[in-house]
Amino acid sequence: MSSENSTLVKLNNAGFKQNDKWLVEGVSLTVKKGKIVTLIGPNGSGKSTTAKIALGIYKNIEGSVEKYTNKVGYVPQKISIDWTLPLRVYDFMLLTENIKDEAIDEALTLTGVIHLKNKNLGNLSGGEFQRVLIARAISKKPELLVLDEPVQGVDYTGEIALYELIKRISDTLNCGILLISHDLHTVMTATDHVVCLNGHVCCSGTPMDVAKNNEYKTLFGEQASQILSVYEHKHDHVHSDKGEIKKN
Amino acid sequence: MFDDFFIRALIAGLGIALVTGPLGCFVVWRRLSYFGDTLAHSALLGVTLAYSFELNIALSVFIISSLIALILIQLQKKTNLPGDALLGLLAHSSLAVGLVVIGFLTFIRFDIMGLLFGDILAVTTDDLLIIWTGGAVILIVLKLIWKPLFASTVNYELAEAEGLNPDRAKAIFTILMAAVIAISIKMVGLLLITGMLIIPAAMARNISDSPQKMVLFSIIGGLLSVLLGLFSSLEFNTSSGPSIIMAALVLFILSLLNIKQSIKLKN
Repeated sequence: MSSENSTLVKLNNAGFKQNDKWLVEGVSLTVKKGKIVTLIGPNGSGKSTTAKIALGIYKNIEGSVEKYTNKVGYVPQKISIDWTLPLRVYDFMLLTENIKDEAIDEALTLTGVIHLKNKNLGNLSGGEFQRVLIARAISKKPELLVLDEPVQGVDYTGEIALYELIKRISDTLNCGILLISHDLHTVMTATDHVVCLNGHVCCSGTPMDVAKNNEYKTLFGEQASQILSVYEHKHDHVHSDKGEIKKN
Repeated sequence: MFDDFFIRALIAGLGIALVTGPLGCFVVWRRLSYFGDTLAHSALLGVTLAYSFELNIALSVFIISSLIALILIQLQKKTNLPGDALLGLLAHSSLAVGLVVIGFLTFIRFDIMGLLFGDILAVTTDDLLIIWTGGAVILIVLKLIWKPLFASTVNYELAEAEGLNPDRAKAIFTILMAAVIAISIKMVGLLLITGMLIIPAAMARNISDSPQKMVLFSIIGGLLSVLLGLFSSLEFNTSSGPSIIMAALVLFILSLLNIKQSIKLKN
Protein backbone atom coordinates (compact mmCIF):
# COMPACT_ATOMS: atom_id res chain seq x y z
CA MET A 1 0.00 0.00 0.00
CA SER A 2 1.53 3.28 -1.06
CA SER A 3 -0.84 5.65 0.69
CA GLU A 4 1.95 6.54 3.13
CA ASN A 5 4.37 7.17 0.26
CA SER A 6 1.96 9.44 -1.54
CA THR A 7 1.55 11.66 1.52
CA LEU A 8 3.29 14.99 0.94
CA VAL A 9 2.51 16.81 4.13
CA LYS A 10 0.64 15.78 7.23
CA LEU A 11 -0.46 17.98 10.13
CA ASN A 12 -1.12 16.19 13.41
CA ASN A 13 -3.19 18.23 15.83
CA ALA A 14 -1.12 21.26 14.86
CA GLY A 15 -1.58 24.75 16.25
CA PHE A 16 0.25 28.05 16.51
CA LYS A 17 0.17 30.63 19.28
CA GLN A 18 1.34 34.23 18.87
CA ASN A 19 1.47 36.68 21.77
CA ASP A 20 -0.47 34.21 23.93
CA LYS A 21 -3.28 34.06 21.42
CA TRP A 22 -4.03 30.94 19.44
CA LEU A 23 -4.15 31.76 15.74
CA VAL A 24 -5.26 28.24 15.02
CA GLU A 25 -5.24 25.00 16.99
CA GLY A 26 -5.91 21.31 16.67
CA VAL A 27 -5.61 21.04 12.90
CA SER A 28 -5.08 17.61 11.39
CA LEU A 29 -4.98 17.20 7.66
CA THR A 30 -3.10 15.31 4.98
CA VAL A 31 -2.20 16.42 1.47
CA LYS A 32 -1.45 13.57 -0.91
CA LYS A 33 -0.10 13.45 -4.44
CA GLY A 34 -2.66 14.41 -7.05
CA LYS A 35 -5.18 15.61 -4.46
CA ILE A 36 -6.52 19.09 -3.81
CA VAL A 37 -7.28 19.98 -0.21
CA THR A 38 -9.11 23.26 0.26
CA LEU A 39 -9.20 25.34 3.41
CA ILE A 40 -12.26 27.50 3.85
CA GLY A 41 -13.39 29.67 6.73
CA PRO A 42 -14.13 33.27 7.67
CA ASN A 43 -11.48 36.00 7.99
CA GLY A 44 -9.14 35.34 10.89
CA SER A 45 -10.09 31.69 11.08
CA GLY A 46 -6.48 30.57 10.68
CA LYS A 47 -6.35 29.51 7.03
CA SER A 48 -3.08 31.26 6.16
CA THR A 49 -1.62 30.24 9.52
CA THR A 50 -2.43 26.61 8.76
CA ALA A 51 -0.74 26.92 5.37
CA LYS A 52 2.35 28.45 7.01
CA ILE A 53 2.44 25.64 9.55
CA ALA A 54 2.30 23.12 6.71
CA LEU A 55 5.13 24.95 4.94
CA GLY A 56 7.34 25.06 8.01
CA ILE A 57 7.43 28.87 8.14
CA TYR A 58 6.25 28.84 11.75
CA LYS A 59 8.74 27.01 13.92
CA ASN A 60 7.37 26.86 17.47
CA ILE A 61 4.16 25.03 16.84
CA GLU A 62 2.00 22.75 18.91
CA GLY A 63 1.45 19.28 17.53
CA SER A 64 3.58 18.20 14.62
CA VAL A 65 4.10 18.52 10.88
CA GLU A 66 5.48 15.74 8.75
CA LYS A 67 6.74 17.01 5.43
CA TYR A 68 7.82 14.45 2.85
CA THR A 69 8.93 16.72 0.04
CA ASN A 70 11.23 19.67 -0.50
CA LYS A 71 9.88 20.50 -3.92
CA VAL A 72 7.39 23.12 -2.82
CA GLY A 73 5.74 25.97 -4.70
CA TYR A 74 4.13 28.67 -2.58
CA VAL A 75 1.82 31.52 -3.52
CA PRO A 76 1.43 33.62 -0.37
CA GLN A 77 -1.65 35.67 0.33
CA LYS A 78 0.25 38.81 1.09
CA ILE A 79 3.64 39.55 -0.32
CA SER A 80 5.50 42.71 0.40
CA ILE A 81 8.45 43.22 -1.86
CA ASP A 82 10.88 45.99 -1.22
CA TRP A 83 11.32 48.08 -4.35
CA THR A 84 14.85 49.06 -3.46
CA LEU A 85 15.56 45.89 -5.43
CA PRO A 86 15.72 46.13 -9.18
CA LEU A 87 13.79 42.97 -10.01
CA ARG A 88 12.30 41.88 -13.32
CA VAL A 89 9.66 39.18 -13.69
CA TYR A 90 12.42 37.01 -15.15
CA ASP A 91 14.65 37.43 -12.05
CA PHE A 92 11.68 36.70 -9.80
CA MET A 93 11.02 33.42 -11.62
CA LEU A 94 14.54 32.30 -10.70
CA LEU A 95 14.19 33.36 -7.07
CA THR A 96 14.36 30.05 -5.24
CA GLU A 97 15.53 27.66 -7.93
CA ASN A 98 17.47 27.84 -11.17
CA ILE A 99 14.86 27.00 -13.76
CA LYS A 100 15.46 26.52 -17.48
CA ASP A 101 14.33 29.33 -19.76
CA GLU A 102 11.87 27.04 -21.55
CA ALA A 103 10.15 26.16 -18.27
CA ILE A 104 9.91 29.84 -17.36
CA ASP A 105 8.39 30.72 -20.73
CA GLU A 106 5.98 27.82 -20.49
CA ALA A 107 4.73 28.78 -17.02
CA LEU A 108 4.38 32.46 -17.94
CA THR A 109 2.49 31.49 -21.09
CA LEU A 110 0.12 29.23 -19.11
CA THR A 111 -0.80 32.07 -16.75
CA GLY A 112 -1.00 34.55 -19.63
CA VAL A 113 1.78 36.93 -18.68
CA ILE A 114 4.63 35.95 -21.00
CA HIS A 115 4.62 39.50 -22.44
CA LEU A 116 5.68 40.83 -19.03
CA LYS A 117 8.83 38.70 -18.77
CA ASN A 118 11.28 41.59 -18.90
CA LYS A 119 9.11 44.12 -17.07
CA ASN A 120 10.06 45.40 -13.66
CA LEU A 121 8.08 43.58 -10.99
CA GLY A 122 7.16 46.87 -9.31
CA ASN A 123 5.31 48.08 -12.40
CA LEU A 124 2.79 45.22 -12.58
CA SER A 125 -0.86 45.52 -11.66
CA GLY A 126 -2.23 43.42 -8.79
CA GLY A 127 -3.77 40.84 -11.11
CA GLU A 128 -0.67 40.63 -13.30
CA PHE A 129 1.52 40.15 -10.25
CA GLN A 130 -0.78 37.39 -9.00
CA ARG A 131 -0.41 35.59 -12.34
CA VAL A 132 3.37 35.90 -12.06
CA LEU A 133 3.24 34.46 -8.54
CA ILE A 134 1.29 31.44 -9.79
CA ALA A 135 3.65 31.02 -12.75
CA ARG A 136 6.66 31.10 -10.42
CA ALA A 137 5.15 28.48 -8.15
CA ILE A 138 4.26 26.05 -10.97
CA SER A 139 7.41 26.55 -13.06
CA LYS A 140 9.40 24.62 -10.45
CA LYS A 141 7.26 21.56 -11.18
CA PRO A 142 6.67 21.16 -7.46
CA GLU A 143 5.35 18.10 -5.68
CA LEU A 144 3.42 20.27 -3.25
CA LEU A 145 1.69 23.51 -4.20
CA VAL A 146 0.40 25.79 -1.46
CA LEU A 147 -1.88 28.45 -2.88
CA ASP A 148 -3.18 31.10 -0.50
CA GLU A 149 -5.99 32.89 -2.31
CA PRO A 150 -4.09 32.61 -5.59
CA VAL A 151 -6.53 34.48 -7.81
CA GLN A 152 -7.10 37.59 -5.69
CA GLY A 153 -7.28 40.66 -7.89
CA VAL A 154 -7.54 38.63 -11.09
CA ASP A 155 -10.39 39.50 -13.47
CA TYR A 156 -13.41 37.18 -13.52
CA THR A 157 -12.65 35.28 -16.73
CA GLY A 158 -9.03 34.98 -15.67
CA GLU A 159 -10.13 33.59 -12.33
CA ILE A 160 -12.00 30.69 -13.93
CA ALA A 161 -9.14 30.01 -16.34
CA LEU A 162 -6.62 30.01 -13.51
CA TYR A 163 -8.64 27.59 -11.40
CA GLU A 164 -8.88 25.32 -14.43
CA LEU A 165 -5.13 25.65 -14.83
CA ILE A 166 -4.55 24.76 -11.19
CA LYS A 167 -6.73 21.67 -11.58
CA ARG A 168 -4.88 20.70 -14.76
CA ILE A 169 -1.51 21.13 -13.08
CA SER A 170 -2.59 18.94 -10.19
CA ASP A 171 -3.43 16.23 -12.72
CA THR A 172 -0.46 16.55 -15.08
CA LEU A 173 2.22 17.04 -12.43
CA ASN A 174 0.38 14.74 -10.05
CA CYS A 175 1.24 17.20 -7.30
CA GLY A 176 -0.70 17.76 -4.12
CA ILE A 177 -2.33 21.13 -3.64
CA LEU A 178 -3.26 22.92 -0.44
CA LEU A 179 -5.62 25.66 -1.54
CA ILE A 180 -7.11 28.53 0.39
CA SER A 181 -10.03 30.28 -1.14
CA HIS A 182 -13.10 32.32 -0.35
CA ASP A 183 -14.73 31.53 -3.65
CA LEU A 184 -16.92 28.53 -2.94
CA HIS A 185 -18.31 28.35 -6.49
CA THR A 186 -15.17 27.82 -8.49
CA VAL A 187 -13.18 25.92 -5.95
CA MET A 188 -15.60 23.19 -5.10
CA THR A 189 -15.65 21.72 -8.58
CA ALA A 190 -12.05 20.69 -8.22
CA THR A 191 -11.61 19.96 -4.55
CA ASP A 192 -11.13 16.46 -3.17
CA HIS A 193 -11.24 17.36 0.48
CA VAL A 194 -12.52 20.46 2.27
CA VAL A 195 -11.37 21.59 5.69
CA CYS A 196 -13.57 24.23 7.24
CA LEU A 197 -11.70 26.31 9.79
CA ASN A 198 -12.79 28.70 12.48
CA GLY A 199 -9.80 28.86 14.80
CA HIS A 200 -10.02 25.08 14.87
CA VAL A 201 -11.31 22.49 12.41
CA CYS A 202 -15.06 22.95 12.50
CA CYS A 203 -15.71 20.22 9.96
CA SER A 204 -14.00 18.46 7.11
CA GLY A 205 -14.66 15.94 4.39
CA THR A 206 -15.76 15.94 0.78
CA PRO A 207 -17.51 19.12 -0.40
CA MET A 208 -20.83 17.28 -0.04
CA ASP A 209 -20.14 16.19 3.54
CA VAL A 210 -19.13 19.70 4.53
CA ALA A 211 -22.15 21.24 2.85
CA LYS A 212 -24.44 19.03 4.89
CA ASN A 213 -22.65 19.80 8.14
CA ASN A 214 -24.63 21.97 10.54
CA GLU A 215 -21.62 23.85 11.87
CA TYR A 216 -20.73 24.81 8.33
CA LYS A 217 -24.27 26.04 7.77
CA THR A 218 -24.14 28.27 10.84
CA LEU A 219 -20.72 29.59 9.83
CA PHE A 220 -21.49 30.35 6.20
CA GLY A 221 -25.28 30.41 6.04
CA GLU A 222 -27.82 28.29 4.23
CA GLN A 223 -27.01 29.80 0.84
CA ALA A 224 -23.40 28.77 0.94
CA SER A 225 -24.44 25.28 1.79
CA GLN A 226 -26.58 25.16 -1.34
CA ILE A 227 -23.69 26.38 -3.46
CA LEU A 228 -21.56 23.51 -2.23
CA SER A 229 -24.14 20.85 -2.87
CA VAL A 230 -24.59 22.08 -6.44
CA TYR A 231 -20.97 21.33 -7.05
CA GLU A 232 -21.10 17.75 -5.98
CA HIS A 233 -17.68 16.37 -6.67
CA LYS A 234 -17.42 14.67 -10.05
CA HIS A 235 -14.21 13.11 -11.25
CA ASP A 236 -13.55 12.20 -14.85
CA HIS A 237 -10.83 9.89 -13.66
CA VAL A 238 -9.75 7.98 -10.61
CA HIS A 239 -6.34 7.67 -9.05
CA SER A 240 -4.67 4.34 -8.58
CA ASP A 241 -3.13 3.84 -5.18
CA LYS A 242 0.22 4.75 -6.70
CA GLY A 243 -1.28 8.11 -7.55
CA GLU A 244 -1.38 7.39 -11.28
CA ILE A 245 -4.36 8.62 -13.23
CA LYS A 246 -6.83 6.14 -14.63
CA LYS A 247 -9.54 7.44 -16.90
CA ASN A 248 -13.06 6.25 -16.11
CA MET B 1 56.82 56.33 -11.26
CA PHE B 2 54.81 55.97 -8.05
CA ASP B 3 56.05 55.29 -4.58
CA ASP B 4 55.71 51.78 -3.20
CA PHE B 5 53.21 52.86 -0.59
CA PHE B 6 50.93 54.24 -3.29
CA ILE B 7 51.08 51.04 -5.34
CA ARG B 8 50.22 49.09 -2.18
CA ALA B 9 47.32 51.43 -1.45
CA LEU B 10 46.03 50.99 -5.00
CA ILE B 11 46.17 47.20 -4.81
CA ALA B 12 44.53 47.25 -1.38
CA GLY B 13 41.79 49.67 -2.43
CA LEU B 14 40.92 47.76 -5.59
CA GLY B 15 40.71 44.53 -3.58
CA ILE B 16 38.38 46.18 -1.08
CA ALA B 17 36.17 47.61 -3.84
CA LEU B 18 35.70 44.16 -5.37
CA VAL B 19 34.23 42.96 -2.07
CA THR B 20 32.27 46.03 -0.96
CA GLY B 21 30.49 46.15 -4.34
CA PRO B 22 28.33 43.03 -3.98
CA LEU B 23 28.10 43.23 -0.18
CA GLY B 24 27.03 46.87 -0.45
CA CYS B 25 24.11 45.87 -2.67
CA PHE B 26 22.81 43.62 0.09
CA VAL B 27 23.36 46.40 2.64
CA VAL B 28 21.15 48.67 0.52
CA TRP B 29 18.55 45.99 -0.26
CA ARG B 30 18.27 44.77 3.33
CA ARG B 31 18.45 48.30 4.82
CA LEU B 32 21.50 47.52 6.88
CA SER B 33 23.40 50.79 6.62
CA TYR B 34 23.09 51.53 10.34
CA PHE B 35 24.05 47.98 11.14
CA GLY B 36 27.21 48.50 9.07
CA ASP B 37 27.90 51.73 10.96
CA THR B 38 27.54 49.98 14.29
CA LEU B 39 30.01 47.27 13.34
CA ALA B 40 32.40 49.91 12.05
CA HIS B 41 32.23 51.95 15.27
CA SER B 42 32.97 48.86 17.30
CA ALA B 43 36.04 48.34 15.14
CA LEU B 44 37.86 51.03 17.15
CA LEU B 45 37.67 48.76 20.17
CA GLY B 46 39.05 45.99 18.00
CA VAL B 47 41.99 48.16 16.99
CA THR B 48 42.83 49.11 20.58
CA LEU B 49 42.75 45.45 21.59
CA ALA B 50 45.05 44.64 18.67
CA TYR B 51 47.59 47.19 19.99
CA SER B 52 47.22 46.11 23.61
CA PHE B 53 47.75 42.42 22.98
CA GLU B 54 49.87 42.76 19.83
CA LEU B 55 47.30 41.01 17.66
CA ASN B 56 46.70 41.42 13.97
CA ILE B 57 44.39 44.43 13.51
CA ALA B 58 42.10 42.82 10.90
CA LEU B 59 41.69 39.68 13.00
CA SER B 60 41.01 41.61 16.19
CA VAL B 61 38.49 43.92 14.46
CA PHE B 62 36.79 40.89 12.93
CA ILE B 63 36.41 39.22 16.33
CA ILE B 64 35.06 42.34 18.06
CA SER B 65 32.65 43.17 15.22
CA SER B 66 31.32 39.60 15.16
CA LEU B 67 30.89 39.78 18.93
CA ILE B 68 28.95 43.05 18.67
CA ALA B 69 26.73 41.48 15.99
CA LEU B 70 26.03 38.53 18.32
CA ILE B 71 25.21 40.88 21.22
CA LEU B 72 22.85 42.80 18.92
CA ILE B 73 20.98 39.62 17.97
CA GLN B 74 20.63 38.67 21.65
CA LEU B 75 19.43 42.18 22.61
CA GLN B 76 16.86 42.09 19.81
CA LYS B 77 15.48 38.85 21.21
CA LYS B 78 15.47 39.91 24.86
CA THR B 79 14.36 43.55 24.83
CA ASN B 80 11.47 45.48 23.37
CA LEU B 81 13.67 48.34 22.19
CA PRO B 82 13.45 49.23 18.51
CA GLY B 83 16.29 48.11 16.26
CA ASP B 84 17.72 51.57 15.60
CA ALA B 85 17.94 52.35 19.33
CA LEU B 86 19.86 49.11 19.92
CA LEU B 87 22.18 49.89 17.01
CA GLY B 88 22.84 53.37 18.36
CA LEU B 89 23.42 52.00 21.83
CA LEU B 90 26.00 49.50 20.63
CA ALA B 91 27.66 51.85 18.14
CA HIS B 92 28.26 54.68 20.59
CA SER B 93 29.04 52.61 23.64
CA SER B 94 31.61 50.50 21.81
CA LEU B 95 33.11 53.69 20.32
CA ALA B 96 33.24 55.23 23.80
CA VAL B 97 34.85 52.15 25.34
CA GLY B 98 37.37 52.13 22.50
CA LEU B 99 38.28 55.78 23.06
CA VAL B 100 38.60 55.33 26.82
CA VAL B 101 40.87 52.34 26.34
CA ILE B 102 43.01 54.42 23.96
CA GLY B 103 43.30 56.99 26.74
CA PHE B 104 44.83 54.35 29.00
CA LEU B 105 47.28 53.14 26.38
CA THR B 106 49.61 56.12 26.88
CA PHE B 107 52.63 54.08 25.86
CA ILE B 108 51.41 53.81 22.26
CA ARG B 109 51.17 56.79 19.93
CA PHE B 110 47.85 56.52 18.11
CA ASP B 111 47.02 58.13 14.83
CA ILE B 112 43.36 58.74 15.62
CA MET B 113 42.76 60.56 12.36
CA GLY B 114 44.17 57.59 10.47
CA LEU B 115 41.86 55.21 12.34
CA LEU B 116 38.78 57.33 11.70
CA PHE B 117 39.43 58.33 8.12
CA GLY B 118 41.90 55.83 6.72
CA ASP B 119 45.59 56.15 5.99
CA ILE B 120 47.17 54.92 2.78
CA LEU B 121 50.62 55.14 4.31
CA ALA B 122 49.61 52.48 6.80
CA VAL B 123 49.00 49.71 4.26
CA THR B 124 51.73 47.07 4.47
CA THR B 125 52.46 44.04 2.28
CA ASP B 126 50.92 41.86 4.98
CA ASP B 127 47.74 43.92 4.76
CA LEU B 128 47.59 43.24 1.03
CA LEU B 129 47.71 39.53 1.70
CA ILE B 130 44.92 39.83 4.28
CA ILE B 131 42.76 41.98 2.00
CA TRP B 132 43.08 39.75 -1.06
CA THR B 133 42.81 36.36 0.62
CA GLY B 134 40.14 37.60 3.04
CA GLY B 135 38.32 39.27 0.17
CA ALA B 136 38.44 36.10 -1.94
CA VAL B 137 37.02 34.05 0.93
CA ILE B 138 34.24 36.62 1.50
CA LEU B 139 33.29 36.57 -2.19
CA ILE B 140 33.28 32.77 -2.40
CA VAL B 141 31.08 32.47 0.70
CA LEU B 142 28.76 35.17 -0.62
CA LYS B 143 28.47 33.28 -3.89
CA LEU B 144 27.58 30.10 -1.97
CA ILE B 145 24.82 31.75 0.10
CA TRP B 146 23.64 34.01 -2.74
CA LYS B 147 20.44 32.10 -3.54
CA PRO B 148 18.95 31.86 -0.02
CA LEU B 149 20.21 35.33 0.94
CA PHE B 150 18.79 36.98 -2.14
CA ALA B 151 15.51 35.05 -2.03
CA SER B 152 14.94 35.95 1.62
CA THR B 153 15.84 39.57 0.87
CA VAL B 154 13.00 39.61 -1.66
CA ASN B 155 10.60 37.66 0.57
CA TYR B 156 11.51 35.76 3.70
CA GLU B 157 8.48 33.48 3.74
CA LEU B 158 8.90 32.33 0.14
CA ALA B 159 12.52 31.42 0.84
CA GLU B 160 11.62 29.61 4.06
CA ALA B 161 8.61 27.81 2.54
CA GLU B 162 10.60 26.59 -0.44
CA GLY B 163 13.35 25.15 1.71
CA LEU B 164 16.23 27.64 1.36
CA ASN B 165 17.15 28.12 5.04
CA PRO B 166 17.25 31.93 5.07
CA ASP B 167 18.18 32.18 8.78
CA ARG B 168 21.49 30.45 8.21
CA ALA B 169 22.21 32.67 5.19
CA LYS B 170 21.48 35.77 7.29
CA ALA B 171 23.83 34.66 10.07
CA ILE B 172 26.63 33.97 7.58
CA PHE B 173 26.04 37.35 5.93
CA THR B 174 26.45 39.07 9.31
CA ILE B 175 29.85 37.45 9.67
CA LEU B 176 30.78 38.56 6.14
CA MET B 177 29.89 42.15 7.12
CA ALA B 178 32.24 41.96 10.09
CA ALA B 179 34.93 40.52 7.82
CA VAL B 180 34.67 43.23 5.17
CA ILE B 181 34.93 45.92 7.83
CA ALA B 182 37.96 44.17 9.27
CA ILE B 183 39.84 44.12 5.98
CA SER B 184 38.98 47.69 4.95
CA ILE B 185 39.40 49.60 8.22
CA LYS B 186 43.02 50.69 7.66
CA MET B 187 42.33 51.94 4.20
CA VAL B 188 38.96 53.67 4.47
CA GLY B 189 38.75 54.40 8.19
CA LEU B 190 36.00 53.38 10.56
CA LEU B 191 33.78 56.43 10.08
CA LEU B 192 33.60 55.97 6.33
CA ILE B 193 33.47 52.22 5.70
CA THR B 194 29.68 52.20 5.45
CA GLY B 195 29.95 54.88 2.77
CA MET B 196 32.13 52.55 0.74
CA LEU B 197 29.42 49.90 1.06
CA ILE B 198 26.42 52.10 0.36
CA ILE B 199 27.38 54.84 -2.09
CA PRO B 200 28.59 52.70 -5.04
CA ALA B 201 25.57 50.39 -4.55
CA ALA B 202 23.20 53.38 -4.44
CA MET B 203 24.82 54.72 -7.61
CA ALA B 204 24.37 51.30 -9.24
CA ARG B 205 20.69 51.15 -8.23
CA ASN B 206 20.06 54.32 -10.23
CA ILE B 207 21.27 52.76 -13.46
CA SER B 208 20.29 49.08 -13.08
CA ASP B 209 17.17 47.11 -13.93
CA SER B 210 18.28 43.73 -12.59
CA PRO B 211 20.08 42.53 -9.45
CA GLN B 212 23.05 41.18 -11.44
CA LYS B 213 23.57 44.51 -13.21
CA MET B 214 23.37 46.35 -9.90
CA VAL B 215 26.11 44.17 -8.43
CA LEU B 216 28.28 44.66 -11.52
CA PHE B 217 27.86 48.46 -11.59
CA SER B 218 28.41 48.61 -7.85
CA ILE B 219 31.78 46.86 -8.25
CA ILE B 220 32.76 49.09 -11.19
CA GLY B 221 31.68 52.16 -9.22
CA GLY B 222 33.76 51.06 -6.23
CA LEU B 223 36.84 50.42 -8.37
CA LEU B 224 36.54 53.82 -10.06
CA SER B 225 36.05 55.52 -6.69
CA VAL B 226 39.23 53.93 -5.35
CA LEU B 227 41.24 54.95 -8.43
CA LEU B 228 39.92 58.52 -8.52
CA GLY B 229 40.06 58.88 -4.74
CA LEU B 230 43.60 57.62 -4.31
CA PHE B 231 45.04 59.69 -7.15
CA SER B 232 43.42 62.84 -5.78
CA SER B 233 44.56 61.88 -2.29
CA LEU B 234 48.12 61.76 -3.62
CA GLU B 235 47.69 64.95 -5.60
CA PHE B 236 46.07 67.09 -2.90
CA ASN B 237 47.54 65.33 0.13
CA THR B 238 44.13 64.48 1.62
CA SER B 239 43.13 61.45 3.70
CA SER B 240 42.45 58.37 1.61
CA GLY B 241 39.04 57.50 3.06
CA PRO B 242 37.30 60.85 2.48
CA SER B 243 38.89 61.13 -0.98
CA ILE B 244 37.53 57.73 -2.04
CA ILE B 245 34.08 58.44 -0.61
CA MET B 246 34.01 61.83 -2.36
CA ALA B 247 34.85 60.17 -5.66
CA ALA B 248 31.99 57.73 -5.03
CA LEU B 249 29.69 60.67 -4.34
CA VAL B 250 30.65 62.28 -7.66
CA LEU B 251 29.78 59.03 -9.45
CA PHE B 252 26.46 58.91 -7.57
CA ILE B 253 25.61 62.44 -8.70
CA LEU B 254 26.50 61.51 -12.29
CA SER B 255 24.13 58.52 -12.06
CA LEU B 256 21.33 60.91 -11.02
CA LEU B 257 21.97 63.01 -14.14
CA ASN B 258 21.67 59.84 -16.18
CA ILE B 259 18.19 59.21 -14.74
CA LYS B 260 16.98 62.71 -15.50
CA GLN B 261 18.18 62.41 -19.08
CA SER B 262 16.47 59.08 -19.63
CA ILE B 263 13.20 60.46 -18.23
CA LYS B 264 13.47 63.40 -20.61
CA LEU B 265 14.08 61.08 -23.52
CA LYS B 266 11.01 59.04 -22.65
CA ASN B 267 8.73 62.08 -22.52
